[in-house]
Amino acid sequence: MGEVMQSSSILPLEIDNISYVAGGVRLIKDLSLTLSAGTSTIILGPNGAGKSLLLRLCHGLLQPNDGTLTWQGPEAATAGRYQAMVFQRPVMLRRSVTANLHFALKSRAVSKLERDKKVDDILEITGLTRLAKTPARALSTGEQQRLAIARAWSLNPEVLFLDEPTANLDPAATHAIEELIDSIKKSGTKIVMSTHDLGQARRLADNVLFLYRGRLLENAKAEQFFEKPENDLAQAFLKGELLWWHRRELKPPSEFKHPEKP
Amino acid sequence: MSDFSDAFAAALTLIINFESGLAEIVGLSLQVSFVAVLAASVIGLPLGAALAVFRFPGRVTLVVLLNALMGLPPVVVGLIVYLILSRSGPLGTLGLLFTPTAMIIAQTILIMPIIAALTRQSTATMWDEYSEQFKSFGTSRSETVLTLLWDNRFGLMTTILAGFGRASAEVGAVMIVGGNIDHVTRVMTTTIALETSKGDLALALGLGIILLCLALSVNAAAYLINESALKRHG
Repeated sequence: MGEVMQSSSILPLEIDNISYVAGGVRLIKDLSLTLSAGTSTIILGPNGAGKSLLLRLCHGLLQPNDGTLTWQGPEAATAGRYQAMVFQRPVMLRRSVTANLHFALKSRAVSKLERDKKVDDILEITGLTRLAKTPARALSTGEQQRLAIARAWSLNPEVLFLDEPTANLDPAATHAIEELIDSIKKSGTKIVMSTHDLGQARRLADNVLFLYRGRLLENAKAEQFFEKPENDLAQAFLKGELLWWHRRELKPPSEFKHPEKP
Repeated sequence: MSDFSDAFAAALTLIINFESGLAEIVGLSLQVSFVAVLAASVIGLPLGAALAVFRFPGRVTLVVLLNALMGLPPVVVGLIVYLILSRSGPLGTLGLLFTPTAMIIAQTILIMPIIAALTRQSTATMWDEYSEQFKSFGTSRSETVLTLLWDNRFGLMTTILAGFGRASAEVGAVMIVGGNIDHVTRVMTTTIALETSKGDLALALGLGIILLCLALSVNAAAYLINESALKRHG
């Protein structure tokens, strides 16, 4: 896989010791990492690990209670304009596919003339042209997510955050979305995506962040993570073991007992 | 009993002939209510949407107040508008008391809180769904309010029709500020009240039937609009 290296207006993102508290519970705990340009980062972890929260914190939808997030690039002051996000449940405006695309571009103050061209282009590239006039909410879930990603891509983001974009989709739709994400990645956009789908992580990741109960337990290159994860919980996660047990009861992986095998 | 059936027959004749006196009353009713709904919507729709979207000090108080105002007693509103518009009142010099304009003002005050409060509720639901995405796009405040109103247009149509229903059925406020003057401020509801007390059941009943039909068609329209919108936009 060829890595696209390019200079970025906002990256890298320096995350220094952030915590996020909601309802008296610390949901993200003392997390530090750097997101740099050119590679795609996949956030792995079981439900409730804090994957979605971390994405929202990075994108600025939430503010950490402690610690700092700093964009290091020259355009850091207007970092929002260089980012886009796609949510697990696609947010579709009650209007046509085309109008949905126009809306996002208009929000970023793109002129009408430019919008018309961009909308046509993105419909073409993402294969949505035949659905252009359809009300967005009449699309299938897979098509809606494709539109949501197309809409985000049309903003030319340098960083695209995706929160489990295929969690509600069947394998065919998932495949289509993964191809789309791969095209976006090849266009030079940094992908930061959460998933609990290991196969998907293998297919898309350059780097992997493994989150568990609000802590970053492993931050590694994809090959290294999938072949030799250092953290015992990451090992268990990769083996498909559920992570419901308490940490102090953990045994080395060789001593795991499978219920089927006596 | 024959009194009643006679009156009913006379009422139907009145409606079928639709003579000028009746037409005048129905026309003024519709005109007053329509303008009042328009004015209340112009204020109430953006106010409701803004209350749903923006967080500012005093917002909760305003929402509670608005919800309370939904149940404003019409006669009290009539009394207040009367006091303000009467000769010795602050706006007495305008000479608006006992004119259709006074009735429009009273009805606007009555239904604006209804439209604003219902708009706030339905917009808040939609905002829950849209807020993160809009924040991510960087959508401006005015664009946000306009978009929410537009995307909620079919739901808001029901809200506006509810306001229209309340306005056209209301009697207390228009009676006080309008004065029920023949050919000037006489509307359906005030005529019904007057004719009933005079014992002219035919006219009262005829107007009552028209008012009922109006209420029914307004509700039917609201239902149909919602249904077709659900089918088209989900």
